[in-house]
Amino acid sequence: MTNHHHKNKKTKFNYPQIPKTPTGITGLDEITGGGIPTGRPTLICGGAGCGKTLMSLEFIVRGATEFNEPGVFMAFEEKAAELAMNVTSLGFDLVKLQEEKKLKVDYVHIDRSEIEETGEYDLEGLFIRLGYAIDSIGAKRVVLDTVENLFLGLTNQGILRAELRRLFTWLKEKGVTAIITGERGEGNTFTRQGLEEYVSDCVILLDHRVINQISTRRLRILKYRGSLHGTNEYPFLIDEDGIAVLPVTSLNLEKDVSTERVSSGIPALDKMLDNKGFFKGGSVLVSGSAGTGKTSIAACFANEICKQQKRCLYFAFEESPKQIIRNMKSISVNLQQYIDNDSLLFHASRPTLHGLEQHLVAMYKIIKNFKPDAVIIDPITNLVTIGTVSEVKSMLIRLIDFLQEEQITVMFTALSLNSVVNEQTDEGVSSLVDSWLLVRDIEFNGERNRGMYIMKSRGMRHSNQVREFIITDDGIDLVDVYLGPEGVLIGSAREAQRLQEKTGEVLRGNAVNMKDREIDRKRKMLEAKIANLQSEFESAEDELNKISVEEELIKKVSENNRDALTKLRGGDKASSK
Amino acid sequence: MTEKQQVTEESNSINEDVYQLRLFVTGATPNSSRAISNLKQVCETHLKGRYELEIIDVYQQPLIAESEQIIALPMLIKKLPFPERRLIGDMSNTDKLLRGLSITANT
Repeated sequence: MTNHHHKNKKTKFNYPQIPKTPTGITGLDEITGGGIPTGRPTLICGGAGCGKTLMSLEFIVRGATEFNEPGVFMAFEEKAAELAMNVTSLGFDLVKLQEEKKLKVDYVHIDRSEIEETGEYDLEGLFIRLGYAIDSIGAKRVVLDTVENLFLGLTNQGILRAELRRLFTWLKEKGVTAIITGERGEGNTFTRQGLEEYVSDCVILLDHRVINQISTRRLRILKYRGSLHGTNEYPFLIDEDGIAVLPVTSLNLEKDVSTERVSSGIPALDKMLDNKGFFKGGSVLVSGSAGTGKTSIAACFANEICKQQKRCLYFAFEESPKQIIRNMKSISVNLQQYIDNDSLLFHASRPTLHGLEQHLVAMYKIIKNFKPDAVIIDPITNLVTIGTVSEVKSMLIRLIDFLQEEQITVMFTALSLNSVVNEQTDEGVSSLVDSWLLVRDIEFNGERNRGMYIMKSRGMRHSNQVREFIITDDGIDLVDVYLGPEGVLIGSAREAQRLQEKTGEVLRGNAVNMKDREIDRKRKMLEAKIANLQSEFESAEDELNKISVEEELIKKVSENNRDALTKLRGGDKASSK
Repeated sequence: MTEKQQVTEESNSINEDVYQLRLFVTGATPNSSRAISNLKQVCETHLKGRYELEIIDVYQQPLIAESEQIIALPMLIKKLPFPERRLIGDMSNTDKLLRGLSITANT
């Protein structure tokens, strides 16, 4: 009764594989590596309301509709009409399938109060009924739901056990692929009557839990004799298309990888990423605290994808599409045009709308339908509100797996709550993603700036520099931070430093001018002084001249006077000359 | 096809006292043979002259298994008098058989 699965994954034997019958149930065939064992009974057990009946019924319906394998559904619990009604909502038309002889529902009614046991008996009636039903439509599939109800109707346990054992052997001889459902028992047994003892080839356990008011159904392959299978608990859900088991991906890691590159939509960022951008089919995580521009980066990426005539799917868990479109217009990213030409699809939903699994399946379905080249999930952190970190992580692992398989590039944004650099952040997905961009608030000098750096980017040369991340009216740009003698400067400090240098130049120029002018002025001053002195000298000269002229004049006048006096005294002097 | 044994003296008048019994068996398996002989014996002892017994081989009429909700065999259905009762087994437990047929020992 132990789980057993082969560990030797690499060695390949040539033994024939166990033949398997696909159930047609989304995801289940992937986990089981092709389906349940052909021609053998499989046990599905679980508590009330865990989906046993539906899962087994879907097995029958899918067989009839998709694999051309008619099936018999023997119901021990629900009447045929009730059953048909219950599954109409899933699009299963049991009545029509019965008319087409592809399906047969037989309701087994057994009530202890109506039955008196008067001695030895066997369950041959059941065998005859089932045998007839199988033969009448050539059934390849059989479901007994829930065969344990026989124990409620009949008392002789010894007979019942022997007959059940005989029934399972008989089913194998018939060569039908059978599902037997059983209600989960108490204690260590998986079914109330220990059916797992009889059905030893494949046992699937279903479970239904409510955690934080959100119900989750889970499935686990307890054992699968002779086959490799997933051993985890896989969430599954029931929606309008039936049951879907997650992961929707396979177990191996042998995906194709691409060396093709896709631009991030921000030229400067591409430059940091080896000048080319992300890998196609890779996963990118953009994390940062609130208001650091994660959505803007995502929108730029979406814009770029659409610009290259590719398709992008945008899951918005925080803002409504209209809000995003309006906000992005402010940085010259016009997304509306791509919505109009059908290359961009927004899918917005509140994380609390449904459980994680349902989100994943919803995403999966939309992705399958839309076939995008890139998917954006903005932000993944909001999903934590509806699941634990580990659940979110496992969901994202599956999503990344699936997207990688489909060669779809995915960009997640994640909000890191503490402003302290939290390297171990973001639901632990950082280890899963191929590239991780971190946008950080850098508070410095009384202002807040954004710095961006690449934490990792697998398989490419990438810049290890912190860049300043600027959101402008024309879009996003990355600017080299200022590396000066005073260290790394960003924001206005960087700007100030730049300005200061400019000022310096101006000042220096100014200083040179000043000196020139000074000299000029001095020369002029001196020249003025010289002129002054000159004029002083001239005036002194004039003065001196004036004195000498005066003296001359005085001399002349006094000579004249003396002559006149002499004349007056007698003119002798003149004659005496 | 049907192995029908009419063991009635006055047929078909729906008398309150007339027992209508249908016994479903599977061919000539030990359980079936025992059930037939045990039932006949009880009927002859307690209901002599006022019972109708129809013995049906389900192997011959597999469809009847579904319509009559047959699982365990052999099975006896007491159609009349009401209420309808179902008894399974080889009818070896006479007390239970009588109780199932609502026959008190002194009848």
